[in-house]
Amino acid sequence: MAADDVVQLTDVWVYYDSTPVLEEVNLAVGQNDFLGIIGPNGGGKTTLLKVILGLVRPSQGTVSVMGKPPEKSRRNIGYIPQHSLFDREFPISAWEVVLMGRYAGTRLLQSYSGEDRRQAELALETVGMLHNRNRQIGKLSGGEQQRVLIARALASEPRLLLLDEPTASIDTAMQTEFYELLDRLKSQMAIVLVSHDISAVSVYVDKLACLNGRLFYHGSKEIGPEVLEATYKCPVQMIAHGTVPHRVLKEH
Amino acid sequence: MIEALQYEFMRSAVAAGLLAAIACGIVGVYVVVKKIVFISGGIAHASFGGIGLGYLLGISPVMGALFFTIASALGMGVVSRRTKLPEDTAIGILWAMGMALGIIFIGLSPGYAPDLFSYLFGNILTVPAVDLFLMLVLDLVIIAVVVIFYKELLAISFDEEFGTVVGVPTERLYLTLLGLIALTVVVLLRVVGVILVIALLTIPAAVARQFTHSLKTMMLLSVALGGVFAFGGLWLSYQLDLASGATIVLVSGTAFLISAGYQRWRGRKRRPSPSASASS
Repeated sequence: MAADDVVQLTDVWVYYDSTPVLEEVNLAVGQNDFLGIIGPNGGGKTTLLKVILGLVRPSQGTVSVMGKPPEKSRRNIGYIPQHSLFDREFPISAWEVVLMGRYAGTRLLQSYSGEDRRQAELALETVGMLHNRNRQIGKLSGGEQQRVLIARALASEPRLLLLDEPTASIDTAMQTEFYELLDRLKSQMAIVLVSHDISAVSVYVDKLACLNGRLFYHGSKEIGPEVLEATYKCPVQMIAHGTVPHRVLKEH
Repeated sequence: MIEALQYEFMRSAVAAGLLAAIACGIVGVYVVVKKIVFISGGIAHASFGGIGLGYLLGISPVMGALFFTIASALGMGVVSRRTKLPEDTAIGILWAMGMALGIIFIGLSPGYAPDLFSYLFGNILTVPAVDLFLMLVLDLVIIAVVVIFYKELLAISFDEEFGTVVGVPTERLYLTLLGLIALTVVVLLRVVGVILVIALLTIPAAVARQFTHSLKTMMLLSVALGGVFAFGGLWLSYQLDLASGATIVLVSGTAFLISAGYQRWRGRKRRPSPSASASS
């Protein structure tokens, strides 16, 4: 584990009531890593992201983000939560949503500064949504909303981007565009993306881990069938490089 | 109506209506967009305990209500955030306990509670000058808090989890918002009463929402609508000799139905086939 790791989890355990959600998780994310974490629903993927954000405190183990406790590093983390959480009908424009990403640098009574506006504009431009800045958030398509949320995360000029099931609400055509956007961003920041969708993730990420309570991580994209089987508790086709399609197979 | 304004009580009634419109217009917007109507109803009903306490101690029932609404707002907020008791259960308990305490306190008070009915159902025609002054002060407090914490209140209303991530003190702000609701309940108490408060907290904002996508515009529109409803209800109750609070609520509710119907009709006209509307 290098000293300049952006995220470092050591022997992290998380319990909800008495049920373990994360067990003995060790993870290191380097500066320009693009890490994909796959696993079944309920496997603890969202919890893992919340541990990195400091929203969930582990029962045991240590969490270090950019060399500090996670709560202190939040300013430098861009977080893109699962899409369905907010009210689409909320009376707010795309522009106001993105400005919220700049909140950490503002003070009470102070409105957003010229620099905040410039960064928000830049972020909207990066995701190609500047022309839609005045639209109400719910009037945008699923893919466009997703890009606005990415812009909100980018507006804070993050060193680490966390994405929770980012492709769940966008169609296949938009997904390619979305991953190409991440591909451009990964030179500027570390990216951690969690998903239950193995095929889409494995094409674009540099490193892949499997999570189902326990984290199986080998620091590369090659993951053997025994690991996937342990993660999904079912036989799974081998992960390969490139654009080979992968399928989860029924027991036979 | 103009000749009615020469009466002192009519002028106070109009002033009370406008002061009520400011509070319910601004705070009602948060209640509606953050979907905390039920907790607002709980705070409103819990205030009855304070009204009863006011009678029992011989102080102003409105001051008693102010104390009770703030205490119950903070109580419900802390219980729902820090314990595993579901929020709606906590609201139900405090709602009923506040009412029950009010009934017991009034029963224990010596003599007859003179204008109890006006606290339950409101009477905009009998608001004393001292209560008008209190309403004005509470309105100014509400405006000041919303101006100071506009960014923060927007953040916790839209996406509380993201707010936490970017460092908004979400729990304290949520309690502040509930405190604002408590103040609004007190402002509205004399106008529509404990039981009907929830109507003015929701209807003007709900109508305003149908016409705008900006929170600030929604607030201004909702204050204006609240004023129109209060004034219209007051006029109608004067003409037809009806209870003022209930008339204001019915005027508001009717306006909501008309505006919702209009929006539906307009939406259908814009998208003629029903299948085209499925995407939004």
